[in-house]
Amino acid sequence: MSEQTLFKVTVDGITIEVPAGTTILQAARQIGGQVAPPAMCYYSKLKGSGGKCRTCLVEVSKGSEKDPRPMPKLVASCRTTVMDGMEVKNITSDKVVDARAGVVEFLLLNHPLDCPICDQAGECHLQDLSFDHGKSKTRFEFQKRTFKKHDLGENIQLHMTRCILCYRCVFTADQLTNKRVHGILDRGDHAEIATHIEKSLDNEFIGNVIDVCPVGALTDKTFRFKNRVWFLKPMDAHRDCPTCSGRVTLWNRGDEVYRVTARKDEWGEIEDTPEGKPGWICNTCRFDKKEASDWVIEGPREISRASVISQGHYAGNVGTTKPTETFKAVNGGRAPHLLMDIHDESEVNQPNVHLGQIHGPSHGDTFNNKNQNA
Amino acid sequence: MGVKLLLDKANVPGIRTYDVYRREGGYRAVEKALKEMSTEAIVEEVKKSGLRGRGGAGFPTGMKWSFIAKPEGVPRHLVCNADESEPGTFKDRYLMEFLPHLLIEGLIISSYALGSNDTYIYIRGEYAWIPDILEEAINEAKANGFLGKNILGTGFDCNINVQRGGGAYICGEETALIESLEGKRGNPRIKPPFPAIQGLWMRPTVVNNVETLAAIVPIINIGGDEYAKIGVGKSTGTKLISACGNINKPGVYEIDMTISVEEFIYSDEYCGGIKGGKRLKACIPGGSSVPILPANLLLKTAKGETRYMNYESLSDGGFATGSMLGSGGFIVLDEDQCIVKNTLTLARFYRHESCGQCSPCREGTGWMEKILQKIESGKGEISDIDLLWDIQRKIEGNTICPLGDAASWPVAAAIRHFRDEFEWHVNNPELSQTSNFGLQHYADPIHVPA
Repeated sequence: MSEQTLFKVTVDGITIEVPAGTTILQAARQIGGQVAPPAMCYYSKLKGSGGKCRTCLVEVSKGSEKDPRPMPKLVASCRTTVMDGMEVKNITSDKVVDARAGVVEFLLLNHPLDCPICDQAGECHLQDLSFDHGKSKTRFEFQKRTFKKHDLGENIQLHMTRCILCYRCVFTADQLTNKRVHGILDRGDHAEIATHIEKSLDNEFIGNVIDVCPVGALTDKTFRFKNRVWFLKPMDAHRDCPTCSGRVTLWNRGDEVYRVTARKDEWGEIEDTPEGKPGWICNTCRFDKKEASDWVIEGPREISRASVISQGHYAGNVGTTKPTETFKAVNGGRAPHLLMDIHDESEVNQPNVHLGQIHGPSHGDTFNNKNQNA
Repeated sequence: MGVKLLLDKANVPGIRTYDVYRREGGYRAVEKALKEMSTEAIVEEVKKSGLRGRGGAGFPTGMKWSFIAKPEGVPRHLVCNADESEPGTFKDRYLMEFLPHLLIEGLIISSYALGSNDTYIYIRGEYAWIPDILEEAINEAKANGFLGKNILGTGFDCNINVQRGGGAYICGEETALIESLEGKRGNPRIKPPFPAIQGLWMRPTVVNNVETLAAIVPIINIGGDEYAKIGVGKSTGTKLISACGNINKPGVYEIDMTISVEEFIYSDEYCGGIKGGKRLKACIPGGSSVPILPANLLLKTAKGETRYMNYESLSDGGFATGSMLGSGGFIVLDEDQCIVKNTLTLARFYRHESCGQCSPCREGTGWMEKILQKIESGKGEISDIDLLWDIQRKIEGNTICPLGDAASWPVAAAIRHFRDEFEWHVNNPELSQTSNFGLQHYADPIHVPA
């Protein structure tokens, strides 16, 4: 292969060189961290996805080296390819932050926010998104649209009320299975994911729609209400599967396998197999192999520290790293300023003084005097 | 009496048939274009004419045509956008119903210029009777050698296919139209790639409005330079305006874009004044998605100049004090109309027609409708008006296609110009259910600072 043309692109002041044809989002993901815009509908493994949820909107402040004009509107970074010398503002742009807060508000408008009873809670992209970019209060005071729950095939339940219409599952079914039998019916805010014939999703790879769903709209019926994801230990495991790569994450409690999913990377997308193919898994691996003996366990899976799933877990450096910098070091040698330094003041804390000799507990004056002296 | 290029023969009896149309000078432009002109010369002529897209955006047609990619061995397509669904706009219906051969003639010339051997007319589903008219005209043209194989012995083949839509407003957006034409769900595509590069079946495609394509005929007949002399500035040629609302003579009028808005509303040649001798309150000058203007800003611009019926003059002052010519759906509201109710009607339309693909439009349009419904029914609060403003601001510009903008502009303009009426609705919940805010000061001449 001949040498690829590299384009220089700057996102939030960080410059990176990427091959021509890369999208802004992919370039920003290569930089990583806060620079990467969130994406609810874009899924790099699915052709044609993206552009719909509008959470990844960014401001292009300089079009390219040749044509430095800024783009007039915010653009969807997942579907806009970089140009040489392009300058992009993500979180450094007030316009983007404002628009993104708007999009989060729109996405939550008809979302039931039933996280306490939702199986996706803890690994939900919409939760993360609203935590990062949303507001704590809603301004919507009308009734939300609701749908009845229904089954899409034997093992998948569709909870349409939670759906944000990202179209990922439609693309998955379209590209992974030979015959797509579900899609979008109706339009506007009453549009819904549906099948014409109930329970008709029975393709061997259809279970992957559960993994791509960013919210709790498509759930695994073998796992529904069984456990919360943060109580489970994710373990990388594999088995010799004739239909798929067999590389999965087991979600265990003790020795019991509660759930099997594909392995997901830091962007919540399916990891590639060592051969470089997307690691979709088949329904047999996902729904039927629920015994630890079915699997060869490779070890605990690393989960981002920011995720609630990592709480109390031991995998990798999660929860075991001691901070290298102490507070004093960060604070320029000063100890933390305590509002009331009760430990030093209260005589109760001095073991050499007999409790009977203490006149009384320290009170406000003790501290006020101290402050005046200081 | 202004110049008429499109509708001059509309009243000839039997003009719908080929024989009468031909006797009245029809298909001369096809003969001229195909026999005497090269494809480049036609595009050049259209460029010279200064013709701007009549579908609403007003993009120069000649320039659009020159953008079409011409890769070797890949067919190109011309698609006629006859999915005229904008509330208040009905000019294309009139044109297709009474002068079908004019459209067919324009289509043949344009297909020749763009190299499209398969041309499509995508027609709105609700226009149930018009496809028959068009198909009859196509058959007549075919029988007389203007369509089909080897047209007029020039070796150019062209077929025109009429495709009915399912009645979705969104399919008037060119990429949604293409998706629908391909047999898919009518969701707008994400641009780029633009249709001129990858359109119908991923082939280079030009999508033009009915009126634009019909206007090609007079351009070829009289020449681009002559066409450009009609009208004023960059608003060349004639424009069809479909006038409706509280006027004496609703209907489709052809104007040469030099007349003033005042003349258009009050002259007997056009709208004939406000019905019942009432006073003018407001007007939506270019189809439901353009900003509404109160009477004082409609007849005169903010600078105190007379406003004319053309692209530049109507958009004078930007969205703060101006509007757009849009698709020419001229909706007039008299003093008894309620702006809140009018805005609610439009918001309901856009909620119903949003395709639901991208979140700001899908959720925002429904939210705006609910809030407007709340204000209209006398349960609103002052904060709701600010909330509406904030919602429309967050939809506008953040969506895939212009439907989001089209949904937010009417709401924005209504609040911008008629905020006091919204507040009156909130503050007088009971009164607002039985009576109307009326004209107040909207018709008073605006103060022009010296």
